[in-house]
Amino acid sequence: MDTVILQHISKSYVKEGPPALQDVSFSVKKGELFGLIGPDGAGKSTIFRILTTLLLSDKGSATVAGYDVVKNYHEIRSCVGYMPGKFSLYQDLTIEENLHFFATLFGTTVAANYALIKDIYEQIAPFKNRRAGKLSGGMKQKLALCCALIHRPEVLFLDEPTTGVDAVSRKEFWEMLQRLKAEGITIVVSTPYMDEASLCERIALIQNGQILSINTPAKIIEAYPGKLYALTAPKVHLLLKDTRQYAGISLCYAAGDKLHLSFKEEGKEHPAGLLSWLESKGHQGVRIEEITPDIEDCFIAKTSTHE
Amino acid sequence: MSEKAIVCKDLTKRFGDFVAVNHISFDVDKGEIFGFLGANGAGKTTAMRMLCGLSYPTSGEATVAGYNVFKQQEAIKRNIGYMSQKFSLYESLTVRENIRFYGGVYGLSDKQLKEKGDELITKLGLEKEAKMMVGSLPLGWKQKLAFSVAIIHQPRIVFLDEPTGGVDPVTRRQFWDLIYDAAANGITVFVTTHYMDEAEYCNRISIMVDGRIDALDSPANLKKQYDAASMNEVFYALARTAKRSAD
Repeated sequence: MDTVILQHISKSYVKEGPPALQDVSFSVKKGELFGLIGPDGAGKSTIFRILTTLLLSDKGSATVAGYDVVKNYHEIRSCVGYMPGKFSLYQDLTIEENLHFFATLFGTTVAANYALIKDIYEQIAPFKNRRAGKLSGGMKQKLALCCALIHRPEVLFLDEPTTGVDAVSRKEFWEMLQRLKAEGITIVVSTPYMDEASLCERIALIQNGQILSINTPAKIIEAYPGKLYALTAPKVHLLLKDTRQYAGISLCYAAGDKLHLSFKEEGKEHPAGLLSWLESKGHQGVRIEEITPDIEDCFIAKTSTHE
Repeated sequence: MSEKAIVCKDLTKRFGDFVAVNHISFDVDKGEIFGFLGANGAGKTTAMRMLCGLSYPTSGEATVAGYNVFKQQEAIKRNIGYMSQKFSLYESLTVRENIRFYGGVYGLSDKQLKEKGDELITKLGLEKEAKMMVGSLPLGWKQKLAFSVAIIHQPRIVFLDEPTGGVDPVTRRQFWDLIYDAAANGITVFVTTHYMDEAEYCNRISIMVDGRIDALDSPANLKKQYDAASMNEVFYALARTAKRSAD
């Protein structure tokens, strides 16, 4: 049986307007590193709150570690670790006090599970007498992860642990997650950074409370509709507006120092046709090549057809 | 009359023994989109606060929109716009009330407020939402509105602190279209971001490491200099050398 199962979950916070979640179903296998990938407002935190028994859904059912989120909420609370998107430790307790507090709350001791958090805790241990409220963003994040792990949970829920964190610290954080996965912990993690999707075993792309697709990152990329091209030129930004005017274009958007684009109908004349059209508009040195999409390209293709 | 929006020489800020910003020097041209990158704790926020006239430097010199950061803080505040991901608009005011409020704070007259407000609402296509609370808008819309409000008084420079954090990929790109429009209208854009693809959209980029500016050039030149395929690789190469623990 899968460790996390959601079936047809819906949730609305307000009577009018679109619901926060619409008929969301997915499951996470035991020991899997599963990513919820989507922008703010997609419904990621609502899913976490329902799974951690902090919020009731309007419709549907869900189980975590075999327990029903409504009937067996008590059991779930003692076997999951949860790191909310907002820093939620006690600001006026020190690092060490917070850790002991959470260990005691779960009826265990820091010593009993120290091996699990050792690698992470050692990085903040030099500051163990500092109050949590006085810590830097990176240290708060590490302390929150330690507190979520101190009772050796079966399932770890991490709600946007890397938001607002720089590229280097984000990489380190994902390396920590890989080590926790190796310990057999099932991990459900959310992120608005599309480039982090490839670090998960399976992902669900989510927007406006609906799941767009669920699969391994590689399979999602394989399923990209049609071909994707990259356009490069010395003055890329000027190119964007003109390229969008070309009749055969389905999608065209900036991607770093390139433009990514797809054509409405696949045809041999299109790439060459576009190039000569751009040349007639005065663009020089334009190059086009077919490329493999990344997860962000897949997300854009999905959300653009949904509109 | 100088065509520099920001001139900064040996700007330094100490907190006790800690040198948060360590002798940074750079210029930003008028109408330029300048990316201000660095790891958490590298000193970006401290530097930005000094340039916005919110904090006095310990030493060094800087002018923003031609005004001195030591002596003319109030003049700086009147000539810049500011928005960040964390604080942008009042959620419990409507779209129009937010425009009125910020326009008023930035010194617009009642007549200008009315005109600019209508113009802005039309430009963003928010006619139907004008009387809605900002809190009920999707994040992407809020951020686009917040940016438009930050430049409602046609400032010389707008400071954007992680304006697109958490915003979906399509809206993130629309946001950059607004940035380009502003720059084309002569507004200098000073922007921080953790999205490395957005770093590529800037004319020039500086990368801060441990309070210093360790690299400053166009994205293309930086990639050449660091023999990197993307800005992400440039950022890693530099940020890895940091000795300071994250902020």
